[in-house]
Amino acid sequence: MQMPKPNEDVIRKRGKLVAALRHILADPAAVIDDEAALRAFECDALSAYRQLPMIAVLPSTVGEISEILKLCASEGVNVVPRGAGTSLSGGALPLADGVLLGLGKFNKILEIDYDNRCVVTQPGVTNLAITDAVKADGFYYAPDPSSQIACTIGGNVAENSGGVHCLKYGLTTHNVLGVEMVTMEGEVIRLGGKHLDAEGYDLLGVITGSEGLLGVITEVTVRILRSPEHVSAQLIGFPSSEQAGDCVGKIIAAGIIPAGMEMMDRYAIQAAEEFCHAGYPLDVEALLIVELDGPEVEIAHYQAKIDRIAEECGAVVSRTSASEQERMIFWAGRKAAFPAVGRISPDYMCMDGTIPRGALPKVLARMSELSKQYGLRVANVFHAGDGNLHPLILFDANNPGELEKCEAFGADILKLCVEVGGVLTGEHGVGIEKRDLMGEMFSEDDLKQQQRLKCAFDPDGRLNPGKVFPILHRCAELGQMHVHNGELPFPDIPRF
Amino acid sequence: MQNVTITEEQQLQDMLDWALAGQKTLSLQGSGSKTPLGRPVEADAHLDLSGLSGVTLYEPAELVMRAKAGTKLVDIRKTLAENHQMLAFDPPDYGPLLGGAAGLATLGGTFSCNLSGARRVKAGSARDHLLGVTGFTGRGQAFQTGSRVMKNVTGYDLCKLVAGSYGTLAIASTVTFKVLPAPEKIRTVLLYGAMLQDAVALMRDGLSSVHDVSAAAYLPADVAARLSINQVCESGKPVLAMKIEGPGPSASFRTEEIRILLGAKGEVEELDQENSDAFWRFVGDVSPFVGSEKPVWKLSLPPANAAAVVMAITEKTPARMYLDWGGGLIWLEMTDAPDDGGAAIVRASLAGAGHATLIRGAEELRRRIAPFQPQALPIEKLNVRIKNAFDPEHILNPGRMYPLDARGAGGDA
Repeated sequence: MQMPKPNEDVIRKRGKLVAALRHILADPAAVIDDEAALRAFECDALSAYRQLPMIAVLPSTVGEISEILKLCASEGVNVVPRGAGTSLSGGALPLADGVLLGLGKFNKILEIDYDNRCVVTQPGVTNLAITDAVKADGFYYAPDPSSQIACTIGGNVAENSGGVHCLKYGLTTHNVLGVEMVTMEGEVIRLGGKHLDAEGYDLLGVITGSEGLLGVITEVTVRILRSPEHVSAQLIGFPSSEQAGDCVGKIIAAGIIPAGMEMMDRYAIQAAEEFCHAGYPLDVEALLIVELDGPEVEIAHYQAKIDRIAEECGAVVSRTSASEQERMIFWAGRKAAFPAVGRISPDYMCMDGTIPRGALPKVLARMSELSKQYGLRVANVFHAGDGNLHPLILFDANNPGELEKCEAFGADILKLCVEVGGVLTGEHGVGIEKRDLMGEMFSEDDLKQQQRLKCAFDPDGRLNPGKVFPILHRCAELGQMHVHNGELPFPDIPRF
Repeated sequence: MQNVTITEEQQLQDMLDWALAGQKTLSLQGSGSKTPLGRPVEADAHLDLSGLSGVTLYEPAELVMRAKAGTKLVDIRKTLAENHQMLAFDPPDYGPLLGGAAGLATLGGTFSCNLSGARRVKAGSARDHLLGVTGFTGRGQAFQTGSRVMKNVTGYDLCKLVAGSYGTLAIASTVTFKVLPAPEKIRTVLLYGAMLQDAVALMRDGLSSVHDVSAAAYLPADVAARLSINQVCESGKPVLAMKIEGPGPSASFRTEEIRILLGAKGEVEELDQENSDAFWRFVGDVSPFVGSEKPVWKLSLPPANAAAVVMAITEKTPARMYLDWGGGLIWLEMTDAPDDGGAAIVRASLAGAGHATLIRGAEELRRRIAPFQPQALPIEKLNVRIKNAFDPEHILNPGRMYPLDARGAGGDA
């Protein structure tokens, strides 16, 4: 994995830039140029890759952000925005010649508006803090990435984060009503608001999931939902992953969209059970957690249907949570699956492809062949309802060559996802991690078209360069038109 | 202008090559049911995509369908109904509202205009359901974005841009979209006699309740009188409606709870499945305003502002109105419109929160005023650049949304 070559001319004027930034920011301590202090920003949650930023800044106002971006634009300096740094794809990896723009001070909820069923918040507020702010009044914010205690809403917008409940309640993009953002040119713009479907080109829609390449988000308006009156979770164990996958398909085909539907394979079940004693059955090959929410009559109605389907599909174990406490225990194992796997292996790498669910048996079979071929073990957790796979490849970075082997294995898994009609990433983002695989999914023309969108927002390519796109084209080059010699208005087309 | 009937995707490529080489422009339409929406388009060739039709992939257990852009919604609905599924965003049919026939709307038109019906408030918009698009950009290049899976964050979400761009960025030839199970049981609870301000508060309470209200609308007495459901049109009173859906026992339970909520405020009534369907089609298809040629506006706004906005408008000019999306959507028919069709009054009433679209207006009016909400300058600048990124020669539907789409307009290329 290579990053764009640092610009030595920019690095040489570091001192001048620090002085100019200190002039902009009211708090001089908010401009960080000391190596020890910069160390805190050297990586995000994809910690295999590290890089010290040239300078880090922690602005407190939108005006400061605008001035910082204007300065960087005029001085030709790259900028990497950062929320809490929980990205799993290296989206916030700093650049040696770049300014790291931390949004940690934007940590206030600005307005709770029950009349319009929304919350207006600064971007550095954590995902969970939004729910915490409205919980007492019976509301919540639906998208719940597993890092929700730490990840920020600004980062969620940048990555279009998902979570275990997005099968029923959608991704971030379906729950954001508006943003305020600052463009690389320093202009402050508002997209959407407290109303639906803002008119004109859907800039809000493309900002969501743009991985910090189009603008710096400075305010977010999200819709909030009423918390369901009852929630119940069910554990269902199967002798094979195929049967579990079949059960998932049949539940949905029966017209049931559970609030969440998760699957774990034997290896993940065992790791999770050893880690937090959730009471998972250890003699099954696949375990489903199916969560239902709504009035008790609806839960009971669906549960009866699901029981019948599970039995038809060959379930050997089925347990329904008898209390809220037990439901939380069922989830504790799943939510701790990553650290649990981390305990049984010195290192692991988490993949994030999505596949059409019907391709699951093929993908699992091929994955176990690859596991043998590479000599690396894999544990699988899977957002089964929407086909989002999280294979965890176990390796030991201390063994020479094993990280590279793991990367190659991961790349093969993602290529397989694309081959069966799926995608490289379902919720973690491309970042640097999957950047070089983009050509597996998109043609050169499609990648260029995506970069033309980038050019519309950031013509000099200053925001988060080196992420998402394997090859950086200059905007002037992308703007050129190649006209075919289509003189012939095809006589064989019927006209009237 | 020449008409060209498209039956194969290759013809789109050929037409684009022809337009690019000869500096010609192209207008696009499916069935033409929404042609009178937006600014009138003049182009050198007119492409009729209604022949690009048919479902190419449908996997009910994966909640996904793919079809060619010219496929009619009525055909999609029929296929989905065979598997007890639906388009959850409730696409409306504006055909009759715009002076045409019903049942002609196509998938391509629906997604290109990002049109959603009454369930939008719960289920999301057309745009939210669009998973993938293939087609061609105005650069004459084959174009693909998105996929067939629900969860995908690989690269920019260009589906979002295509939806709602009225064919000014790319020609969508095939669309892939999410479908959902249709509810087993549908009921609608009506409350008679609520005043506007109270109705907005009640809709907020319903949509904020645990009862999963999937649509909420308010029809003043003159609008309700146009419904073809006897008990409603004969009541002579304004009607507040909330839609409940779900499996049998759940829908019954929730309907009862909503009856209790609304029953405390006045006389309530319950509509069965058939009348519910008729009621919400009436609301979504803007049926109350069918049959005249007077300007019709669609306002999307923060729902709590609805009553104040309605009053600000009707104080200045006579209009008939009703609310959908729990107050977040106001439909207005200007009964004696000022020279600008009411644009200045309507847009001023929003006070910067929301937008107003002229959905129906004479061609002359649509040429003279801005049918789509004018954008703030920095956003307009971005829009121009995006237009130029996709269609630098401005050959696709020139001027349909904003004058900037038109040939020769459009700032920094």
